[in-house]
Amino acid sequence: MAGAKKKAKSAKTGKAHGGTPSPSREHLESYYREMLTIRRFEEKAGQMYGMGLIGGFCHLYIGQEAVVSGIQNSLEPGDTVITGYRCHAHMLSAGVDPKYVMAELTGRAAGVSQGKGGSMHMFTPEHGFYGGHGIVGAQVPLGAGLGFAHKYRGNDRVAVTYFGDGAANQGQVFEAFNMAALWKLPVIFVIENNQYAMGTSVARSTAIQELYQRGESFGIPGNQADGMDILAVQAAAQAAVAKCRVGDGPVLLEMKTYRYRGHSMSDPAKYRTREEVSKMRQERDPIENVRDLLIALSFSDDEALKEVDRDVKAKINDAAEFAQNSPQSGITELHTDIFMTA
Amino acid sequence: MVELTVREALRDAMAEEMRADGDVFLMGEEVAEYQGAYKVSQGLLEEFGARRVIDTPITEAGFAGIGVGAAMAGLKPIIEFMTFNFAMQAIDQIVNSAAKTNYMSGGLINVPIVFRGPNGAASRVAAQHSQCYASWYAHIPGLKVVAPFSAGDAKGLLKSAIRDPNPVIFLENEILYGQSFEIPDSVDHTVPIGSANVVRPGRDVTIATFSIMVGKALAAAETLAREGIDAEIIDLRAIRPLDENCIISSVEKTNRLITVEEGWTMAGIGAEISSIVMQHAFDYLDAPVTRIGGSDVPLPYAENLESQALPQADDIAQAARDLCS
Repeated sequence: MAGAKKKAKSAKTGKAHGGTPSPSREHLESYYREMLTIRRFEEKAGQMYGMGLIGGFCHLYIGQEAVVSGIQNSLEPGDTVITGYRCHAHMLSAGVDPKYVMAELTGRAAGVSQGKGGSMHMFTPEHGFYGGHGIVGAQVPLGAGLGFAHKYRGNDRVAVTYFGDGAANQGQVFEAFNMAALWKLPVIFVIENNQYAMGTSVARSTAIQELYQRGESFGIPGNQADGMDILAVQAAAQAAVAKCRVGDGPVLLEMKTYRYRGHSMSDPAKYRTREEVSKMRQERDPIENVRDLLIALSFSDDEALKEVDRDVKAKINDAAEFAQNSPQSGITELHTDIFMTA
Repeated sequence: MVELTVREALRDAMAEEMRADGDVFLMGEEVAEYQGAYKVSQGLLEEFGARRVIDTPITEAGFAGIGVGAAMAGLKPIIEFMTFNFAMQAIDQIVNSAAKTNYMSGGLINVPIVFRGPNGAASRVAAQHSQCYASWYAHIPGLKVVAPFSAGDAKGLLKSAIRDPNPVIFLENEILYGQSFEIPDSVDHTVPIGSANVVRPGRDVTIATFSIMVGKALAAAETLAREGIDAEIIDLRAIRPLDENCIISSVEKTNRLITVEEGWTMAGIGAEISSIVMQHAFDYLDAPVTRIGGSDVPLPYAENLESQALPQADDIAQAARDLCS
């Protein structure tokens, strides 16, 4: 079964993403640094949550780094991106300084949403990122709307719309699929399949587990890629972007990935075994993969990578410092931004 | 001045704004080729083409969300719901995505969108197609809620709503669509959102109401005038922001207040107005505020039962008599 399944990774209507291209040193180094930044950021956020410095819900992206990094780096200025509540990594990948993201988590004035959004509601439209949405699945029609705007304006930009395996079962996702296909919108629907919708595994929630096939009845071609392998992600993303740029959207990508931590900070993740998680960490870790590749290809060595690690760690520590020490929003901010004044 | 139906006034408002701004487009079920389920978008497809007048599948959550996403990207969608009853399928997108994003983003992303369509009871279409959503949407910070009565206000307010950089809920009324009014013949005619209008000045009692109930209140006022009771009628025009000053200054003059809405009174617009008046004009009240609203039942189909359930001019007149006696 494994062989057959591996070959049949694209839905009938689509074509399989090509082989993994030979990676450049520059790419791999930048992927390594970016994914490590996301990882260290999330680890720090987890610690700070435990210390009571971050409140509310806090969904960490640890384990899934290759997905956002590989896709973001396949985009160009003017492209747009939207996702659900697990959005810290998307902010960082879009190019926001970690300190402003961390300051949002601590609820400070310097936070990207001035402390009014928190972990789940962060935006950076100047980098093309439109949030950061808390209602599971609701970002999918919104993302189709971003794609609609590209088409309406007649540009060749694309809208990347991320959602999880859980959101994939929401009705409005299919409403968005239908209209996106009907109107040929330049939308890349990305299912980040991390195997668990909170505590419910895909097997327990989903009649047909091959999520990349979800668009087939709408004529949306689907590809599945190994979301733990950034080069596979990049290859799939580049093919999808190229298709959408020339008006052959929408397309659907299923990224098979895995989150190492609970659904949110309050989830002890008792629905899966310790062994399952540690096997993933040991055998499939997206950052270790790139690290190994950098060394195997003689692009880098232990010492140089340690330097990157130190550098990233320092940057994240600075961000944490900044986020803890920067002032809270003034109370008058409570009543601003309810409406935009013309 | 020119005489137009509410339906024509709404169409003209959209056409004028679409001519003026290429980012404005209309999307909804049957808005294009069918010319609108209630013919409000008559002629728009012909003038603006299928790029800007867009028929959707029957998929309210989906197209409301697409509209909100397009608005986040800077377009100015007008989303027509065939009726607001169907917007309940989409209310998450309206409340969670449209209304809250400007705030949640610290002002980085505004949502310039209009959600419009008929609201409230039509004529004997029973409970699932006959609900007033004014208080539902008025509850939400981040939404503006408009409910005009006359054609002039319909046009002027819809133009303001389309130009507004925020989400606006525009509650129309099917029965009013065919009613004619004199309206200013100018593309510059707009009505600011949040200003009420005293449509009939009076001394004895204030009747604050909106949408189709303005007509019923005016009919009641004529009856009352013959009996020597001089009613002042306020057409609220917008529910949020609510023109509190207009209501308060009227009550300071008449010392009596009746609120009239088609929807249920429980947690309704009348309850809100009563509270405002208690707080700001308590000493001016000669009698407790009277709230009139639809009977506290799902709206029935039978002609006699439906008529009994909805506020009528006679109910308003009787309330005024009771209050002024």
